[in-house]
Amino acid sequence: MFYREAGQFKATYAEDNQIFPIRQDRIGITLILLLAFLVIPLSASPYIFSAILIPFLIFSLAALGLNILTGYAGQLSLGTAAFMAVGAFASYNFMLRLEGIPVLLAFALSGCCAAAVGIVFGLPSLRIRGFYLAASTLATQFFIVWCLTKIGWFTNYSSSGVITAQQIVIFGYAFDTPAAKYLFVLSVVSIMALLAKNMVRSNTGRSWMAIRDMDMAAEVIGFRPMRTKLLAFAVSSFYCGVAGALYAYAYLGTVEPEGFSLEMSFRILFMVIIGGIGSILGSFLGSAFIVLLPTLLNVLFHFLETELHVELPSGISSSVELMVFGALIIFFLIVEPHGLARLWQIGKEKLRLWPFPH
Amino acid sequence: MQFFLEVLLGGLLTGIMYSMVALGFVLIYKASGVFNFAQGAMVFFAALTAVGLHDLGLSLWLAIPLTMLVMIVLAMAIEKIVLRPLVNQPEITLFMVTIGLTFFIEGLAQAIWGASVRKLEMGIDDVPLEYLLDTLGIAISQFDLVAAGIAFVLVAGLAMFFSKTKVGRALRAVADDHQAALSIGIPLQQIWVIVWGVAGFVALVAGLLWGARNGVQFALTFVALKALPVLILGGFTSVPGAIVGGLIIGASEKIAEVYLGPYVGGGIEGWFPYVLALLFLLARPEGLFGEKIIRRI
Repeated sequence: MFYREAGQFKATYAEDNQIFPIRQDRIGITLILLLAFLVIPLSASPYIFSAILIPFLIFSLAALGLNILTGYAGQLSLGTAAFMAVGAFASYNFMLRLEGIPVLLAFALSGCCAAAVGIVFGLPSLRIRGFYLAASTLATQFFIVWCLTKIGWFTNYSSSGVITAQQIVIFGYAFDTPAAKYLFVLSVVSIMALLAKNMVRSNTGRSWMAIRDMDMAAEVIGFRPMRTKLLAFAVSSFYCGVAGALYAYAYLGTVEPEGFSLEMSFRILFMVIIGGIGSILGSFLGSAFIVLLPTLLNVLFHFLETELHVELPSGISSSVELMVFGALIIFFLIVEPHGLARLWQIGKEKLRLWPFPH
Repeated sequence: MQFFLEVLLGGLLTGIMYSMVALGFVLIYKASGVFNFAQGAMVFFAALTAVGLHDLGLSLWLAIPLTMLVMIVLAMAIEKIVLRPLVNQPEITLFMVTIGLTFFIEGLAQAIWGASVRKLEMGIDDVPLEYLLDTLGIAISQFDLVAAGIAFVLVAGLAMFFSKTKVGRALRAVADDHQAALSIGIPLQQIWVIVWGVAGFVALVAGLLWGARNGVQFALTFVALKALPVLILGGFTSVPGAIVGGLIIGASEKIAEVYLGPYVGGGIEGWFPYVLALLFLLARPEGLFGEKIIRRI
């Protein structure tokens, strides 16, 4: 009744090609953006900013990057965290070594560094496919973390390998409170998500999808596989690199190479799969799910112990948390293998008919 | 030269241990097309269960069959709860499910047996064999040789099982073509249980050997990561590939660490196998013994 596009006519090509062709979607997205930019900064507590919202946005961006590579271009990668590490350490070095470089420029340059690394490690994808490729992207993961640990220059010869991110200062304004950092991250993520949404609707995105669906056929009809695949690696790594820079600068403040572990790559892959492969919205949904789940489990266990006095032996609760996490992932994949984005799509189709299903 | 031989042999023997883990991957991938990331967790779970039962006072010879029973129950549960609802899903979904399974099994193992490191005494000392030390001057651990012997018996047994028994033939049929196997009356689901059970058995053997060497601890799950380059080098679908791949990876990683490591700051064991496997794949995308990939439009 409310979600129905009847009567919305598209009279020009521009109207037909807009990002959100349905008016209700436009209203919805505006409301969400208003909520995110105006209401939340005024109402949320610092804890919510720094423990939930900022990591959620940063991991959304990383998941978006991986989704471009895996979901749109069909190249399975297990090295996402490594690209994030490149972004984080590159921006640290840019800020450290180039006096007075604008933060945003440093972030963009660090994204470019990650993209360059992505292209190098994307080269094998021209010959290797599927799980063979996935297993070889592990080389990226281990090699880059090893490089960052062993080569002192990257960490400015810090003895422990830990770097402390500089302050984010733009036009003399220091983003140092959680709310300010949140707004900074939110702006970067919104703009990059918009760019990604447009990219996947364009010729580039269509060529990625053609390669994903059947690379030989795509080659036959004139897409250049080398260019397309490497572009996907570059763009994906760029997104992951910026996400890594944000992770270091707006979320943690201090990072070490080992922090960008294989487990983090897996977590981001989970976000993509649970959110929905090949969906921009899915990256956000998946990230929300994976970031919130441990927090919720923590709260639940705390509640069990304090309110219901269920005493778990010490050490067990973290194991049980791991079990529940694994079980929930299995459960979600069984119930909806196409991810949360698909659930939303089904919901929209239901809404279209509601409340008169016949 | 003696030193080189020592490094080489040590590497080869470690490689055999890698092969044991890789073998579990290959069995499951061949029979069900599932890239089972949980193999490492299964190794950990099996070893921890065996040691845990042993610590409760059972003799090792009782604990091992009991663990095998547990692994079979686990295989049945996995087939029933996880795999059956996901028939016909894309490979990546199945892969992700096994990562979820990894978390679950790791959590389960630690929830039951605790997270502390346990020692496993198999009665074989990890000391250099005196005979070789005296005659050739090469220090080769007695334990490694026993492990290699066990691996050899295991592989020979599996080869016999696959080629001579009725179940083995059914397994190969399923590996070749699921639908054709179904149409001639091979019970697919039963076969999957058997395969996961056999993989559980391999995991148990690998877990006991690795556990006896390094202690049964969470780090056992990382051994599975070392099995991945072995897999891509040998080919996902080939049992001999897993063995040869393991030998190559084990030997080259030790040689690289000893001769190349000092120049670049050491610790290259972590990534060298992957880079080696990657370079190898560039020349031969299906691995050493993998099935030739034929692609049509």
